[in-house]
Amino acid sequence: MADPIAALTNAQAARAEAATHVSESAATRMDVEKLSAFYGGFQALAEITFPIHPGAVTAVIGPSGCGKSTFIRCLNRLHELTPGARVTGSVRLGGVDIYQPEIDPARVRQLVGMVFQKPNPFPTLSIYDNVLAGVRLHRPRISRTEADEIAERSLRAAALWDEVKDKLKAPGSSLSGGQQQRLCIARALAVEPLVLLMDEPTSALDPIATYRIEELIWELKQRYTIVIVTHNMQQAARIADYVAFLLSDEDRTGRLIEFDTAQRIFTNPKRRETEDYITGKIG
Amino acid sequence: MTDPTTVTFASLEQRQDRIIGVLTGTRRSDRLRKTREAIIVAVLFLAALVSIATTIGIIYTLGIETYNFFRRVSIIDFLTDTQWTPLFTEKHFGIWPLLVGTLIVSTIAMAVSLPLGLLAAIGLAEYAPPRLARVIKPILEVLAGIPTVVYGYFALLFVTPLLQRFIPQLEVFNALSAGLVMGIMILPLVASLSEDAMRAVPQSLREGAYALGATRLEVVWRVVVPSSLSGIVAAFILAVSRAVGETMIVAIAMGQVPRLTFNPLVAMEAMTAYIVQVSLGDTPHGTLEYQTIFAVGTTLFVITMALNLLSYRFLKRFREVYE
Repeated sequence: MADPIAALTNAQAARAEAATHVSESAATRMDVEKLSAFYGGFQALAEITFPIHPGAVTAVIGPSGCGKSTFIRCLNRLHELTPGARVTGSVRLGGVDIYQPEIDPARVRQLVGMVFQKPNPFPTLSIYDNVLAGVRLHRPRISRTEADEIAERSLRAAALWDEVKDKLKAPGSSLSGGQQQRLCIARALAVEPLVLLMDEPTSALDPIATYRIEELIWELKQRYTIVIVTHNMQQAARIADYVAFLLSDEDRTGRLIEFDTAQRIFTNPKRRETEDYITGKIG
Repeated sequence: MTDPTTVTFASLEQRQDRIIGVLTGTRRSDRLRKTREAIIVAVLFLAALVSIATTIGIIYTLGIETYNFFRRVSIIDFLTDTQWTPLFTEKHFGIWPLLVGTLIVSTIAMAVSLPLGLLAAIGLAEYAPPRLARVIKPILEVLAGIPTVVYGYFALLFVTPLLQRFIPQLEVFNALSAGLVMGIMILPLVASLSEDAMRAVPQSLREGAYALGATRLEVVWRVVVPSSLSGIVAAFILAVSRAVGETMIVAIAMGQVPRLTFNPLVAMEAMTAYIVQVSLGDTPHGTLEYQTIFAVGTTLFVITMALNLLSYRFLKRFREVYE
């Protein structure tokens, strides 16, 4: 295996390597260890430790304010963009700690893509240019044919191609909410990430659009490691392979209560709090 | 008197009585409240009326005198003649020398204020830590509070002599220093409005770009600036309008020589400066010379009005994007 740090600073090589190991590859595995996150003096997360398995969907569940979103934003170093925010502990991607000082957070985000709660296509760009926005950042001189290819491939992967192929030049904001969210997924996939983070991707969508996104997640996990934050237990039960349950303590600091396979969390949780939450007694 | 464990409900009749009582009852306080509302509405309406009436009054005065002017001078001459000498014996009424004077000085001003204002806005909105921005923005806005007459003398007595060291042929009165100083005067307007536009760009768009692996500079130039472009354009047009209407700086530092030239190093005259020149002289009411300032004023009015409307349209489009 190539030097993992070199791999992180050279996204292309990391992708090539990941491709050869397919979904079982350790390169798309993440390990969260003793991760704590702070906003100024406030501790939002304390000592979170659990693995994120490659080629599987890991759902992070818990009541509002338990730090789910903060947690997922630590996985691509987005958390630190908030003024005063900081992180301790480590997050390893394919064995490399993404919080090492010599690692550029922008590189991390090329490998760990993200989809947000509210669809956020760039309003000044067309559907086509939205898909390619990330690609163009890293490869400004991309050829027209290759760009077309990436756009089509990404839109197909996001199950949006058939709906937009005749209006690629239309503004991204002209699409419906569910379509916009799939456009954002296509945009994230176009950069060819190894891991895809989804922060409550369906909470702003209607049930049908939600269903389509869930279906899509099901397909995407064949090729990507997926971490999804959701407050919807049924959703977690439908799509997740692994579940991490977070709960905040009396200081409002989020802690990991239980991590296990989805099946065990939903049928036979070890902790009382987990059972109370999934049966609707708390939250 | 009643058993506290039994709850008694009002009968249907009682409830109907109450509904009718509340809906049809008139109390003294009700009437008082209505009168107060009516007075407040009337006061607000009057306040709005003052500004509308003023505008109508200005348009009326401008219109009448401009009409009188164009009864004596052909509008063709006004728009095609290249000389402006209404105060001489041989009179010419071509607006172009004044229009070009205004154009040159405004262009110089915008060449200064647009890049600097935009950079200041980017710095404030995207780079400065919030605490620093809270200190710097008021300082920048102090620039907008300096009386323009001070800027005028600053241009004439400081900037021009300074520039003359490098450009010996620079005249004492010139469009260059007037334009440069005007640019500094307008800078806070451009910076402040552009910054507002950039701050209105939702954080989710910035995060979307960061999540694709964009650096901060890429986020600013590829997402924030394009997304706030119509707001920035609106700020820019408003600033042009302000430059075109600016009076004291050009009256003091640019000169009062209405000649048709594109050379910013020599004395020229802007439209506003001409109006000042005639107003300060002893031109009798009703004469043709007197009427010229209304013709120039109308030209100015039409230009700034058009710019403001254009700016408004851009702002509206900008707002529509983020509603």
